[in-house]
Amino acid sequence: MTQFPILSLLTFLPLVGALFILTIRGDAEVVARNARNVALWTSMINFLLSLFLWVNFDSSTAKFQFVEESQWMPAFGINYKLGVDGISMFFVLLSTLLTPVCVLASWENIQARIKEYMISFLIMETFMIGMFCALDMVVFYVFFEAVLIPMFVIIGVWGGPRRVYAAFKFFLYTLAGSVLMLLAILAMYFDAGTTDIPALMTHRFPAALQAWMWLAFFASFAVKIPMWPVHTWLPDAHVEAPTAGSVILAAVLLKFGGYGFLRFSLPMFPEASVMFTPLIYTLSIVAVVYTSLVALAQEDMKKLIAYSSVAHMGFVTIGTFTLTVQGIEGAIYQMLSHGIVSAALFLIVGVVYDRMHSRDIATYGGLVHRMPAYALVFMLFMLASVGLPGTAGFIGEFLVLVGAFQVNTWVAALAATGLILGAAYMLYLYRRVIFGALTKDSLKAILDMSPREIAVFAPLVALVIWMGIYPSPFLDVMHASVANLLTQVQAGLDAGAATAVAGR
Amino acid sequence: MMAEVPNLVPALPELFLALSIMALLMFGVFQKGGLAEEDVKTSRLISYLGILVLVLAGLLETTLAGGRLVTFSNMFVSDPFAVFCKVLVLIGSSLAIVISQGFIERQHMARFEYPILIVFATLGMMLMISANDLISLYLGLEMQSLSLYVIAAFQRDDTRSTEAGLKYFVLGAVASGMLLYGSSLIYGFTGTTNFDKLTTVFHAGSGVNVGVIFGIVFILAGLAFKVSAVPFHMWTPDVYEGAPTPITAFFSVAPKIAALALFIRVMVGPFGGLLAEWQQIVVFVSVASMVLGAFAAINQTNIKRLMAYSSIGHVGYALIGLAVGNQAGVRGMLIYLAIYLFMNVGTFGCILCMRRGDRMVEGINDLAGLGKTHPMLALAVGIFMLSMAGIPPLAGFFGKLYIFLAAIEAKLYALAVIGVLSSVVAAFYYLRIVQLVYFSDPEEALDRPVSRDLGLVITATGLIIVLFFVYPAPILSGAAAAAAALFPG
Repeated sequence: MTQFPILSLLTFLPLVGALFILTIRGDAEVVARNARNVALWTSMINFLLSLFLWVNFDSSTAKFQFVEESQWMPAFGINYKLGVDGISMFFVLLSTLLTPVCVLASWENIQARIKEYMISFLIMETFMIGMFCALDMVVFYVFFEAVLIPMFVIIGVWGGPRRVYAAFKFFLYTLAGSVLMLLAILAMYFDAGTTDIPALMTHRFPAALQAWMWLAFFASFAVKIPMWPVHTWLPDAHVEAPTAGSVILAAVLLKFGGYGFLRFSLPMFPEASVMFTPLIYTLSIVAVVYTSLVALAQEDMKKLIAYSSVAHMGFVTIGTFTLTVQGIEGAIYQMLSHGIVSAALFLIVGVVYDRMHSRDIATYGGLVHRMPAYALVFMLFMLASVGLPGTAGFIGEFLVLVGAFQVNTWVAALAATGLILGAAYMLYLYRRVIFGALTKDSLKAILDMSPREIAVFAPLVALVIWMGIYPSPFLDVMHASVANLLTQVQAGLDAGAATAVAGR
Repeated sequence: MMAEVPNLVPALPELFLALSIMALLMFGVFQKGGLAEEDVKTSRLISYLGILVLVLAGLLETTLAGGRLVTFSNMFVSDPFAVFCKVLVLIGSSLAIVISQGFIERQHMARFEYPILIVFATLGMMLMISANDLISLYLGLEMQSLSLYVIAAFQRDDTRSTEAGLKYFVLGAVASGMLLYGSSLIYGFTGTTNFDKLTTVFHAGSGVNVGVIFGIVFILAGLAFKVSAVPFHMWTPDVYEGAPTPITAFFSVAPKIAALALFIRVMVGPFGGLLAEWQQIVVFVSVASMVLGAFAAINQTNIKRLMAYSSIGHVGYALIGLAVGNQAGVRGMLIYLAIYLFMNVGTFGCILCMRRGDRMVEGINDLAGLGKTHPMLALAVGIFMLSMAGIPPLAGFFGKLYIFLAAIEAKLYALAVIGVLSSVVAAFYYLRIVQLVYFSDPEEALDRPVSRDLGLVITATGLIIVLFFVYPAPILSGAAAAAAALFPG
């Protein structure tokens, strides 16, 4: 079937925009203005184009849609293949939505080397979209790891005082994880004779090999998502990155790990996944409880939100490995809602950071008196992060807990404590920053949000409420693919059991 | 009876090169010289002619692509493997001459012998690659090495350069001695030096005895020295640091590719049947090179020394392909070498841009803030460094990909895991340069503008590195055909 290559267009349009920015010449003022405009328009157009995916998405089938394939390295049978299904489609949308938001959020607070900054973000968008669309292991890996380059530059050039340390830590941690995955990909290639993802999903790997490859993939995704105890790069990277960098990092890059578990670990290594489920549960619960407690003790707003991300991602991994419809859909939903909520929270920190150049909670207090609109937005996202019914956060966490409850009540019970702790640290943060008397002189003249900042938040506010009140349009898209995923896992397990019996 | 005239066709490019060198030498000698400007003019002319000769030799070479031809009593072979490697060597040498010219003029070492020596060394390399006999192997190797010793010491009034030349000569002579001794052992125990005959003798692991093993070990040691693999790497940092920069650039590509090609030909050709005997040695050498290359480079402050350790590491990766010892391994290795060639020439092109006034600077700290003062050069440095670290979508990643592909296929899992983990360590020091370039503030800017020759080379190699992933097929299929030629049937 030949059709319009919409996914390639989505993937590479930002790159074209980046090349365009590269050619801009002139004095600094003109370059900066044009770079901002080109970046904004490119990413906006890309977002509108990506809506086309949703409109034309056929949610009745679990097949990959908008598939394109062309020869890339014929000698090795490695092809350039893109496509989306119900699991990946929303992540593409998340990426295309957040890039213009990030560009807009960096409109004024980035003044140095604006051209390079915008190029980095557009290149990053290319890699992110490509990662979610890839239907070939090698293509996937290329995009997966390529993301490190723009992120490294963004943290390192526009970051805070310890940016070099944070950038290196981020890069080397993730690289160390993903090179092992590369070897596993190659091993899969020799076992299955292909790198085509749909074909690999139905291929049955020997049980012993599955365990090793699962661990190699785990090394990569656990760092990326991140799971305790390999999460330590995340607080550093978040704190040092510029606001928009934190947004992309939290909202999209962390999802690579969760997406990876869903796309690869579960369908390709079902037996190993079941085998290692206790490990995942343990690490996830430690993450949920421990990092929530750590978040409670933070003095730095960004660090607090970073730790809360680790806790929320703990829910995602629990949901993923429950192998129930609710659990997996909850995990995907949680990733999407966390993508929006954590992005918004980092932007919220960015708003006051731009004014006061401090992320210390102690610097603030009583902001509600000067910034009512800000307080309102902050409250909405704070509550969404806590998981208040009526916001996006609730649906995801609820579904995950429902899924977990069916499988293991202890896991569900312990994970639920995370909700309470989450409420504790978020409300505590909110109280200290927003409420109380406005006593600090430095805050007396602080201004409320500008129209540009409101424009940044508006789509996120709308989405978080929509997703909280009426989740069906999102869940409907996932149903078929998630059901298919579970069938694949079950088939793999059955086949594994059959060989085990036969071998006895 | 008159001696039969050997078939000259397979060696046509080499013959052409040899005749051209003599002609150029004559031409250079009879040019008016003495005054500085006249010398510069002559050297420039000879350089251009030298590049032309190399390009023509490359074109001649491509006409030989296809079959396997032997000549000179079976001592010289031309097959697709040789063609592929020779083309790489010729590209490396001609790029080296291109990036040299500005440097040698500035450093007052613009003598016409310079390009001629490079072409001469190239001829030696081509003979090495085409060697089909231990004798012709040695002759090619020595022809190359002698030219290299002289070029290393070409900056006569500079102590570092002369020291580098001397060090290279003494250690190189030891290595040649070992190689020769190994060859003599092989000859003594098998009665032949011809590769084809040796292949039959050692077919499928037969004909092994202690003497042969000793011979192979000595040959391996000699070759490991030439490719600067651990534990025979000690000369590399000193020579790389001491030799004039464009010569270091030349050393790091053309001779390395030629020596690795020779390594492949010797090990998988005549000794291919004895894979079980030498595999563990190559595995060890490869692991040691990767690990040492990764860890020792971390503390370097001189960029040329850093590149020396980096090249040791890269040789380690390439040797994974040899350790695998099959067609996939050789294919991976050739792809790796092709990419390494462009990466390294480009990097050295950038290093050659590092000067203030008429002084070259070599500290990696001198790159600080390049992103602000020279945005395009900084971009190039960033690309080359990330490519060396093996980060996709840059070409360096694909080089590693095919190497590890072969290692996994041959079930050398431990080797592959050590390889990827040491590549993470190595990523640290490549990133450190990116960090200096982009994250730091400039102290004292480097000179502008970048000369036109260098700019062209950097742009061209940079584009190849960045765009490799768009259309990788030509290099991949070329390497595949070349590797297939070594494994008939």
